[in-house]
Amino acid sequence: MKKAISVNINGATHQSEVEPRLLLVHYIRDVIGLTGTHIGCETSICGACTVMVDGQAVKSCTLLAVQADGAIIKTIEGLATGGELHAVQEGFWEQHGLQCGYCTPGMIIASAQLLDRNPSPTEDEIRHGLDGNLCRCTGYQHIVDAVQYAARKAKA
Amino acid sequence: MASKYVGKRVKRTEDPRLIQGLGHYVDDIKLPDTLHVAFLRSIYAHARITGLDVSEARNAPGVVAVYTGKDVAEKVGPVPCAGALPDLRVPDYRVLARDKVYFVGQPIAAVVATDRYAARDAVDLIMCDYEELPVVVDVEEAAKGGPVIYEEYGDNIAYRLTSGEGDIDAAMAAADRVVKQRIVHQRLAPIAMEPRAVLARYLPGEQELTLWSSTQIPHLLRTQVALMVGIPENKLRVIAPEVGGGFGSKLNVYAEEALLGWISIQLGKPVKWIETRRENIQATIHGRGQVGYVELGCKNDGTITGLRYNVFADMGAYHQLLTPAIPTLTGLMLSGCYKIPAIQMNVTACFTNKMSTDAYRGAGRPEATYVVERAMDIVAAELGMDTTEVRRKNFPAPDEFPFKTATGLFYDSGNYQGALDKALENAGYQKLREEQKRARDEGRLIGIGVSTYVEICALGPSQAMPAGGWESATVRIEPTCKVTVLTGASPHGQGQETSFAQLVAEELGVDLNDVTVIHGDTSIVQYGIGTFGSRATAVGGTAVYNAVQSLKEKASKIAANIMGVDASAVAFSEGVFSAEAAAAVAAGEGTQSEAAPRKVSIQEVALAAHLARQIPPGMEPGLSATNFFEPTNFTFPFGTHIAVVEVDRETGDIKFLRYVAVDDCGKMLNPLLVEGQIHGGIVQALGQALYEEVVYDEQGQIVTGTLMDYAVPKAAHAPRFELDSTETPSPVNPMGVKGVGEAGTIGATPAIVNAVVDALAPFGVRHLDMPIRPESVWKIVNKA
Ligand code: FES
Ligand code: FES
Repeated sequence: MKKAISVNINGATHQSEVEPRLLLVHYIRDVIGLTGTHIGCETSICGACTVMVDGQAVKSCTLLAVQADGAIIKTIEGLATGGELHAVQEGFWEQHGLQCGYCTPGMIIASAQLLDRNPSPTEDEIRHGLDGNLCRCTGYQHIVDAVQYAARKAKA
Repeated sequence: MASKYVGKRVKRTEDPRLIQGLGHYVDDIKLPDTLHVAFLRSIYAHARITGLDVSEARNAPGVVAVYTGKDVAEKVGPVPCAGALPDLRVPDYRVLARDKVYFVGQPIAAVVATDRYAARDAVDLIMCDYEELPVVVDVEEAAKGGPVIYEEYGDNIAYRLTSGEGDIDAAMAAADRVVKQRIVHQRLAPIAMEPRAVLARYLPGEQELTLWSSTQIPHLLRTQVALMVGIPENKLRVIAPEVGGGFGSKLNVYAEEALLGWISIQLGKPVKWIETRRENIQATIHGRGQVGYVELGCKNDGTITGLRYNVFADMGAYHQLLTPAIPTLTGLMLSGCYKIPAIQMNVTACFTNKMSTDAYRGAGRPEATYVVERAMDIVAAELGMDTTEVRRKNFPAPDEFPFKTATGLFYDSGNYQGALDKALENAGYQKLREEQKRARDEGRLIGIGVSTYVEICALGPSQAMPAGGWESATVRIEPTCKVTVLTGASPHGQGQETSFAQLVAEELGVDLNDVTVIHGDTSIVQYGIGTFGSRATAVGGTAVYNAVQSLKEKASKIAANIMGVDASAVAFSEGVFSAEAAAAVAAGEGTQSEAAPRKVSIQEVALAAHLARQIPPGMEPGLSATNFFEPTNFTFPFGTHIAVVEVDRETGDIKFLRYVAVDDCGKMLNPLLVEGQIHGGIVQALGQALYEEVVYDEQGQIVTGTLMDYAVPKAAHAPRFELDSTETPSPVNPMGVKGVGEAGTIGATPAIVNAVVDALAPFGVRHLDMPIRPESVWKIVNKA
């Protein structure tokens, strides 16, 4: 019993028939083919699957695709505009905010949201703001540096 | 000549694809008609399988096939163990269990279906009847006897081993006192953020199997899987695409990797299995898992006379690739950075009904450092000495290197005093101690923990390794002077695409962006060993360096030929070969003809080498060199880590006030990447010290089965690290590099625990077992 949904992802509208139980993250990755969004736990802890749904950073393993019917979604692939990296992406590159890169798309989306809400976060606010995202490689310090870089850049 | 790339904080060339979500990890690779595999795994830690009915699952919608242990027993070889120890017992580890299961999570049946949901659904339709058997979970109980897991062995001992040199009994007799401590190294889950993942595709026409796997060792995996499934090694191609972290957990050969390959051969279609996190915690190797008893003999002035470590090492139910070898690495490093005349380690390695332990970041060395560094603090406390003074007293002097230990190693180079001094200065150690005293007077609990560590890296000489300790590289200069590097050291986050390109660009005087580093594909790259044991730069990088040197030599001869001078008269700098006329004349090769150029760029030489009209007679065309580098010794990076913590009396929480580290990893190719490695290592150490533990209950069920319960540190748990370095080059390789992948994990764990113990010293605490939870701290402070 498939259900028809319509979702806008990174500016393109997709009409699909999906099983009601299909997770949004599987929809994005396997149906639409945008594999930049990763899966690290399927239980809403690691944040690797974070995407923007209607402007909110959301863990896409905790939503069903049918719940995103009518939503506007932005994934890591849609973050750069016109070939220009988003300030947070640039920060991650400049400050070595990633190693294996697996947590990175989710981290970047969560960081972008954090800066949207608080353009001048303290280090503490950044660390707590990224509470929903795990990184096993970097030890977080360069991620904090990356977010600070982006904050500075946005102001410049 | 000032260096342009080497030693610089060059940002990574691999990042643009990764920050845009354009990299390809295994699950991102989509092949048409791919089938998906899901496993039925044991829900018991020890049980006899009395019935297994897969008929309903076979008929479920979307299901293509179901395989059981009986189906594959004669077809797929056992999971390999490379550990070679005398009298080692190696249980027959089948890719799917047959009559019995030995740990929770052991695969029993594989369901293949048209999509992952269907495969998962069908697993629930398999009827498996178990008869529960007695379980042994605790390693010391296993050693004592306990329920015997493998009847044929009569007990649970996997092996016993005594190692070390010197007369330990005499050393202990000569000591003024012997401190003793029981030390637990709890089991940890590596938790690479990308779980394991395998995609296998067999092409029946070509009779070729391709295996995409999230692995640290593509070539070793190819050899082993080829043997397991019985196809020629050169018909198996292993590709490690983007790998989302490993930390040792992917330095292995797993049942699922071979089984997926075999299933693809049976069905002639691509098959994929992506590990769930729950499976990852159940059935990907764990780290640590030792319970040991240390005895450290010392004189009243703090001089150490001898160290004995009796350890019970928890193997789990089976040996994975390196399971039994891990405690031997502990034995090698028990001298720490001290002169200890006599050392003895007695290992009792035991089987338990749990997942195998194996290499997790540090792999046996963090255990050694933790034992030594905890014991040093206990000695200092008993003698009323400052912890740094006891350490200093036992350091070898910088001119005593190469330094021979009573564990049979030769430390290549070191200046332990230098790193300690710098760290103490950066931390303001004296002031910290004064502040601590003042704080104590006010009732605040501040602790300062120091650890001076040395680690063994660049694994290693082949004599000391189970499967070769060399590394390979091919460097090719293409006709357009783009440079291609093929490295056997396939990375999983370390950034070799950048650091190796830096090295090559520097040496050849070409632009960094003209160098492409290729790795992780056994059909493209010559045989290699892999990235683990902090070896990629020191061994793999040296192979690259050596290959580049041969290329420079050849290029120089071609340039000389073009310029009409003797090769000895050619100088090379920043990508340009130039003729030194005087030298040419002196060499008696005649003077250069008027028309010949006096300078030739490497670009011109690259083209000339391929057009092959201007190369010296008899020379092979092309510009490609391959090097297999065999190191003569390990390398021994070292450093000092200092943690300052405050314990909250009300909650038992532990908060970092400072974290200062000075690490010496020899020469650095890229300090930015070095820092990243250290940061990550420290946070994994912090996880072990304060948060992480794989907990099995008495029935052998995993209590910490998801990331909800298994506490991986988050950003707010980590302090800002104040890093610095000293640089003592290694004499073992031409670049003087040592390795840094595991330094943080090794140096930081004892520093953090020492700090917490120090904070609680007023309560008479001299040791605490990890992870140090607020609850246990609170109980001490509140005398509960
Ligand atoms: S995969 Fe969604 S939070 Fe981990
Ligand atoms: S970069 Fe590997 S998990 Fe964050």
